[in-house]
Amino acid sequence: MKYSILIFTVIILSAVGFYAGRSRSSKTVNGEIRKLHSLPGYYGFYVALWCGLPALIVLGIWLAFQSSVVTSIVVSGLPPEIQSLSDEEMSLVINDIVNLAHGIVVGRPDNVLLAAAEHYNRLLGTGFLALVAVVMSICIAGLGFSMRYINPAMRARIKVEQTVQVLMILCSTVAIFTTIGIMLSVLFESVRFFNQIPITDFLFGVHWSPQIAIREDQVGASGSFGVIPLLTGTLMISAIAMLVAVPIGLMSAIYMSEYAAEGFRTVVKPLLEVLAGIPTVVYGFFAALIVAPFLRDLGSKIGLDVSSESALAAGLVMGIMIIPFVSSLSDDVINAVPQSLRDASLGIGATQSETIVHVVLPAALPGIVGSILLAVSRAIGETMIVVMAAGLTARLTANPLEAVTTFTVQIVTLLIGDQEFDSPKTLAAFALGLVLFIITLCLNIIALYAVRRYREEYE
Amino acid sequence: MNNSGIRHDSSGTRLQLIKAGLKRRYAKEKIFKTLGITAIVIALMMLTVLFITITKNGYGAFQQTFIRLKITFDASVIDPERTGDADVLSQADYGGLVKKTLRDMFPEVKKRREKRDLYSIVSSGAAFQLRKMVMDDPGLIGTTQTVWVPADDDIDMLIKGHIKAGEEGTGRIKANEAAWVNTLIENRAIEKRFNFAFFTGGDSREPELAGIWGAAVGSLYVMFVTLILSFPLGVATAVYLEEFAPKNIWTDIIEVNINNLAAVPSIVFGLLGLAVFLNFFGLPRSAPIVGGLVLTLMTLPTIIIASRVSLQSVPLSIREGALGVGASKMQSVMHHVLPLALPGMLTGTIIGMARALGETAPLLMIGMVAFIVDIPAGIFDKATVLPVQIYLWADSPERAFVEKTSAAIIVLLAFLLIMNAIAVVLRRKFEQRW
Repeated sequence: MKYSILIFTVIILSAVGFYAGRSRSSKTVNGEIRKLHSLPGYYGFYVALWCGLPALIVLGIWLAFQSSVVTSIVVSGLPPEIQSLSDEEMSLVINDIVNLAHGIVVGRPDNVLLAAAEHYNRLLGTGFLALVAVVMSICIAGLGFSMRYINPAMRARIKVEQTVQVLMILCSTVAIFTTIGIMLSVLFESVRFFNQIPITDFLFGVHWSPQIAIREDQVGASGSFGVIPLLTGTLMISAIAMLVAVPIGLMSAIYMSEYAAEGFRTVVKPLLEVLAGIPTVVYGFFAALIVAPFLRDLGSKIGLDVSSESALAAGLVMGIMIIPFVSSLSDDVINAVPQSLRDASLGIGATQSETIVHVVLPAALPGIVGSILLAVSRAIGETMIVVMAAGLTARLTANPLEAVTTFTVQIVTLLIGDQEFDSPKTLAAFALGLVLFIITLCLNIIALYAVRRYREEYE
Repeated sequence: MNNSGIRHDSSGTRLQLIKAGLKRRYAKEKIFKTLGITAIVIALMMLTVLFITITKNGYGAFQQTFIRLKITFDASVIDPERTGDADVLSQADYGGLVKKTLRDMFPEVKKRREKRDLYSIVSSGAAFQLRKMVMDDPGLIGTTQTVWVPADDDIDMLIKGHIKAGEEGTGRIKANEAAWVNTLIENRAIEKRFNFAFFTGGDSREPELAGIWGAAVGSLYVMFVTLILSFPLGVATAVYLEEFAPKNIWTDIIEVNINNLAAVPSIVFGLLGLAVFLNFFGLPRSAPIVGGLVLTLMTLPTIIIASRVSLQSVPLSIREGALGVGASKMQSVMHHVLPLALPGMLTGTIIGMARALGETAPLLMIGMVAFIVDIPAGIFDKATVLPVQIYLWADSPERAFVEKTSAAIIVLLAFLLIMNAIAVVLRRKFEQRW
């Protein structure tokens, strides 16, 4: 709250700077604006940028590092017997201190911790005062500095435009930093994981049971991290989904682009797209509550043993979700096939379906394959449906009526709840994330390449 | 010359051949067309089934069973020393009042175990309701009031017909409980009313007290953070890439990056949030600020791609006109191109926000699955969001939560529908064909 007041103050000061700079610039030429290099407004923006930008940057950096700096100061002030604790116990102690500092008192806290919490609060308090002083002085300094520089010959517009352009460039690098962030965060933890579990065991192991023993002598204690059963489970569910989505999606795309009247299209196309707009958690609920019991009852009627968390249920519902991805992408692709090809085919007497099957589809094939690959990558990365409707136990099976588990299910179950950050169990989730990221990345790159090549061919 | 003669000679047989095949080919054509229609019908049927089952399961949760109790606010129980002190009032045994009223209503119940069954037909929220009444108006002490209190979720399910009394397996309602409910029905002391608690309450372990307001407020904060970060970032990126960026390897890398990010599984963004925002920057777990940051990174590609399409649709003549009368490149973009492209950008943003509103998986990673009763008061408070609340309820074993889950889904879908409708209206209203 107090930080937002500070930010708000900076913004108000910048606004003041804008008006001050604007009026000063026109005063320097006695109102004859023609003599200024830029319009008065640009002098205003110049002052406002000098006033607000450095202050906000400092504020941002301060906030990003405040908590870690304060924590390390508090830790260094703790008695040596606490400092010699292991990392895990240390993080618990820090947690306690922070909780105490926020006024959450559980039981009867230690005097040392109480003192540390007070220290923590005091540091935060002085820190905030220092921050206010620093930010305000930067603000005022920027304001005064830039006001003195205002003169008719100053190229305010150029400078403002350059600054804005630099800001825009910075914005556009966020995408790159996101990718780097994903790579680094997943890679870093995965490397730590592979230090404990050999990478070959991970990639080629056929056994997945990430339980780590709490006691040494526990039965079945050794956790095993073979990724193969997860891979087969993921592929099976995705394959079922694609068996549903590709025929339905492709046929409806063909009908929409080749047969349907304009009125039909405008009504039905948005309706199909509704399927893509429904949150996946809704599909998950639908799969777990409606489809899975339905399949189980159906199975018991015809004498089949269907698990209540069968791959079939999750796959079917995921297929429904993916229909619009296939259909709208293929629709675009089919529409991009030049009309002249169709006309030529129809002209020599082919029926419409013959034209589609023998001319349009072969011409559109690379694009359609690309769109299907994109859909596959979405199926592999889909989380909520499988978390709610697929199983938890990893099983190496080819029977779609049994329960299987997927990458995403395991990531979620490993990371939900309290976690210590160096047990292989938690780190395994990041290794799974890495595998998932690489698989989907490859699929996406191939798919985008195929679609792009295809577009270039006809445009 | 020769050629044409041959063609003339064989054309008769060829025509016959074609005619012979026509029937089969037309049949194929018909089958193909039917397949197309069938595909669309199947897809739409799935949509309908989905909506119908959700509505059928969920509409009941907008009503809740209440039981009428004649509560005597006995001064000797609530405030025996007549202090009128708020502390004393808030710590009084209101549960005892409810139990006493129930005993008076069914004097024939004597055994300990039976009494316990009797007490369980009223929700544990009844005591809180009485406390709030007394705290709001201490004058109630000593009077007897008719109060409608929520029934226990199992009784609620019984009244709504989702479970039957004494049924094998479900077995949550005993025969004696069913008998009491019948008595209540005869006395008109039990009825279904509009369920305000569902819209105003936070989460609860008791289905009859659980509401979506806490999750809705959490969603609101998350959306707020996402919007104020992703819209400026997305628009600035799109403007730069579309209007200013030189064609070189860097801009190519950025472009490929954006396209790839659009297809990265959302759960990977959750891993990023966990590793970077929580562990590296030390931001609080379960807080809307972190959720907003993660969803910002996730929706950025959508907004950037939509904004670029929108900028591309502004004709070159607008830019050239501005440049022609002496505007700088930046002025032509800011004053002329951007305002014309803005409606399209807004549409893209709303669609991106709608996706973010329905997103669950990345938020599970950053701890927004915690069980949180309080309504969050700011973007640094612990909170949960609507889709995660749906996930949590869907996992709960009580039958009454099935209804609550479906009702929460109805609310979520309503929000999404409204957002998409706004996007469509915006597009219709401001769309320009150049």
